[in-house]
Amino acid sequence: MSVSIGIGNVVKKYGDLTIIPDLSAYIKNGEFFTLLGPSGCGKTTLLRMIAGFNSIEGGTIKFDEEVINDIPAQKRNIGMVFQSYAIFPHLTVRQNVEYGLKIRKVPKDKMKDRIDEILKVVKIDEYQDRLPERLSGGQQQRVALARAIVIHPQVLLMDEPLSNLDAKLRIEMRSAIRDVQKQVGITTVYVTHDQEEALAISDRIAVMKQGIIQQIGSPQDIYARPYNAFVSTFIGHSNLFFGTIKKQGDVPTVVFSNGYQVSMPNLVDTVTEGQKAVISVRPEEFSLNEEGLECEIISRTFLGKYTNYFLRFPDGMVLDNQPSIEYSQDLGHVDRIFGVGEKIRLRPNPNKINVFTEDLERSLIKDVKKYDE
Amino acid sequence: MTNKKIRWDFWTIVTVVILALFAIFLLYPLISLFLSGFKDTETGIWTMDNYARFFSKKYYKSALLNSFKLTISVTLVAILLGVPLAYFMSFYKIKGKGILEILFIISMMSPNFIGAYSWILLLGRSGTVTQFLKGMGIHMPSIYGFGGMLLVFALKLYPFIYMYVSGALKKIDVALSEAAESLGCGGLRKVFTVIMPLVTPTLIAAALLVFMNCMADFGTPALIGEGYRVMPTLVYSEFVGETGGSANFAACMATIMVVVTATIFLIQKWYVNTKSFAMSSMRPIQPKAVHGIKGFLIHLYIYLLAATSIIPQCMVIYTSFRATKMQVFVDGFSLESYRKVFSTAVQSIKNTYLYCLAAIVIIIVLGMLIAYLAVRRKNWLTNIIDTIAMFPYIVPGSVLGITLLIAFNHPPMMLAGSAIIMIISLVIRRQAYTLRSSSAILYQISPSMEEAAISLGDSPSMSFVKVTAKMMLPGVASGAILSWITLINELSSSVMLYTAGTRTMSVAIYNEVIRASYGTAAALATILTITTVVSLLIFFKVSGNKDVTM
Repeated sequence: MSVSIGIGNVVKKYGDLTIIPDLSAYIKNGEFFTLLGPSGCGKTTLLRMIAGFNSIEGGTIKFDEEVINDIPAQKRNIGMVFQSYAIFPHLTVRQNVEYGLKIRKVPKDKMKDRIDEILKVVKIDEYQDRLPERLSGGQQQRVALARAIVIHPQVLLMDEPLSNLDAKLRIEMRSAIRDVQKQVGITTVYVTHDQEEALAISDRIAVMKQGIIQQIGSPQDIYARPYNAFVSTFIGHSNLFFGTIKKQGDVPTVVFSNGYQVSMPNLVDTVTEGQKAVISVRPEEFSLNEEGLECEIISRTFLGKYTNYFLRFPDGMVLDNQPSIEYSQDLGHVDRIFGVGEKIRLRPNPNKINVFTEDLERSLIKDVKKYDE
Repeated sequence: MTNKKIRWDFWTIVTVVILALFAIFLLYPLISLFLSGFKDTETGIWTMDNYARFFSKKYYKSALLNSFKLTISVTLVAILLGVPLAYFMSFYKIKGKGILEILFIISMMSPNFIGAYSWILLLGRSGTVTQFLKGMGIHMPSIYGFGGMLLVFALKLYPFIYMYVSGALKKIDVALSEAAESLGCGGLRKVFTVIMPLVTPTLIAAALLVFMNCMADFGTPALIGEGYRVMPTLVYSEFVGETGGSANFAACMATIMVVVTATIFLIQKWYVNTKSFAMSSMRPIQPKAVHGIKGFLIHLYIYLLAATSIIPQCMVIYTSFRATKMQVFVDGFSLESYRKVFSTAVQSIKNTYLYCLAAIVIIIVLGMLIAYLAVRRKNWLTNIIDTIAMFPYIVPGSVLGITLLIAFNHPPMMLAGSAIIMIISLVIRRQAYTLRSSSAILYQISPSMEEAAISLGDSPSMSFVKVTAKMMLPGVASGAILSWITLINELSSSVMLYTAGTRTMSVAIYNEVIRASYGTAAALATILTITTVVSLLIFFKVSGNKDVTM
């Protein structure tokens, strides 16, 4: 019933403007697959191509082995949840959920059972006779989900479904969506620009930029081992330092521009002596150490579980145009909180940090794949 | 210190003054009309005879029945013409859309009776098309009677349906349409299960407008109704008729009309209140290109409709430049009709602009004050004002004319035949548009603006004038222009109230057409049409868009 989605070399153009130049991806049957990227990266465009609301200018999209390029949206048997929910305002909750089943001419008694069941699954059975305008945002969201799932679609498509909800409801709804998806086991493509949401909800994530997929991987892989500097800075925060590679001896080392050395046994074999590189350190990958890199605290934010320090390193050590250089101090095991203007020494964790090519395009860590299978 | 005492601040005084005006010029006349219907003409004693007479004579009952038949037919035809038009214009890329939109609005805003008159010029007994076909040996069916009225009204009123439904279609989020498709529903089925139900409340409101407009219109049936009697013409002939008419019997019939329109109005209001739902559109529907035979048919439909709507207007202008001799058209063109208008009818042109200017000033002031009371000073008194302000919706023009005459035909308020009574009736008839646009803009202006002025030491009256009123003006203006356009074209009530000295252009046109003096009628109608079009163009400029909602 549920299918895999094969996207092969698809192209999207609006007139002369190319939104997606050449994109391929394979979405497994039953997985929760998220398209993540900044606004304008083409993620919604791609989703609407799968749905059938956008034309495909090149390449193919397949549901299992069937090419669906020329099948109109209403024949694709998809379930779609829209950013604005698109609940029919003239129909009650029940009638909304019923709509797709009526089109499919499902027998009356069977229809009733299926609606009753899905209304319970998404927990809106008590509101079933209300008109949508008397529902809260979260309840409308549940109706939209029920309406899309009840028709037993081949794939479920969701276009930023949580972006209109407040922060607390967003977290509640994302686990609700996740639970329902696992319960019915349906292939799901989910679009969001919220990286935290993507990390929390997905089996796999495709990070997109300017119509090109930068990396596909599990949330853990994408966070811990980003394929390029864009992914490392877009997902979570990363501080980028200039570095050089030293290959004398058994183990390669990366050298910061002030001469500080970190030994990195997990670099790829192709690195060469004296190769320029960029070192990426997340705020939580620093620890206080007398032998570490010296820096000055320029401001700090207290966030309860930890304190975020904004740092200044000596000139020429870090890349320009970074919004901030940060260190997160875990307050669970802390001796003291530092003040603004204090100098501290920080040691990057060699097992955690990432190294990229000088042009920021590729990771130099072993076994980091652009597209995992 | 007790707060129970009424505080005589600025707004309390305004409330009382407006209530008094309403009581004198709206409630009192309507009550007079109502009572007058229960009086015997000769003796003046209370009686039910008028009503008994109306409902026992087939002659009168048939007029009521005819009115219903005509109005329902017109409403249905207008829906059948207007809904597909709105759908095509919203969903498909139509060539020349901008100009078409303006044409539809112009044909909507021009007065009904000029439409009727121009169809007479085309298809009447001596109409251009009729004569032309006669030369070829073809005899056209008569334009006079039910068929002609249906034609004129339907072509005149479908733009209301079009405007309203287009407005509603603009508010539909395209995601709703896509949601239907994602659930497996496309094509016509989608239109009927999703799109149409979403615009139905709006369609009902538009249909009501068409219904009221057609039910109340006097000019069209007077000009081409001929043997087909309807209520407005019956009331008119009974009231002003030389053939032994009775004002009391006319009042009785007028009351029956008000009861009918009020009932329909209340049903519509109830329906909209229970069935309507809020729609907000994040991504409105984008028109798609349409090709092939489908595209051709859609364009053909739209162009034909636009042409049939606008040709009569052009016909009037054309006729105004034709040469005439002793009221009969001869070959060639001349400015004779205009010369004649400026020598004989210049008074009516002056009257029109004078009365309408006076009326529009009063309408704007009243509109802004009433809107302010209804929006910002909500209490039971201002609620009453807001409700009474709706009355003109349900009182047909000719009925309003009679109402005012009956009420102000004796001292101390002897206004019959004066310019004042003309202006009063114009104000009552058309203040609704300005009131509506004033309320709408007021909801968008934060009350804190005015509170800031008061906190800085201004009085409530001055802070209203200096702050709120100024900010309201752009919104008020769009409604005021609509009021203005309908004012200059007003016939139904004016034709009841005018005297030789207080004739307006529309009344003059009506008289000229009745006298078969088509040349001067056409010249006057052209002046009126040009004023209307210029006002409309100003409206588009002021409001910044082409959405006319009335």
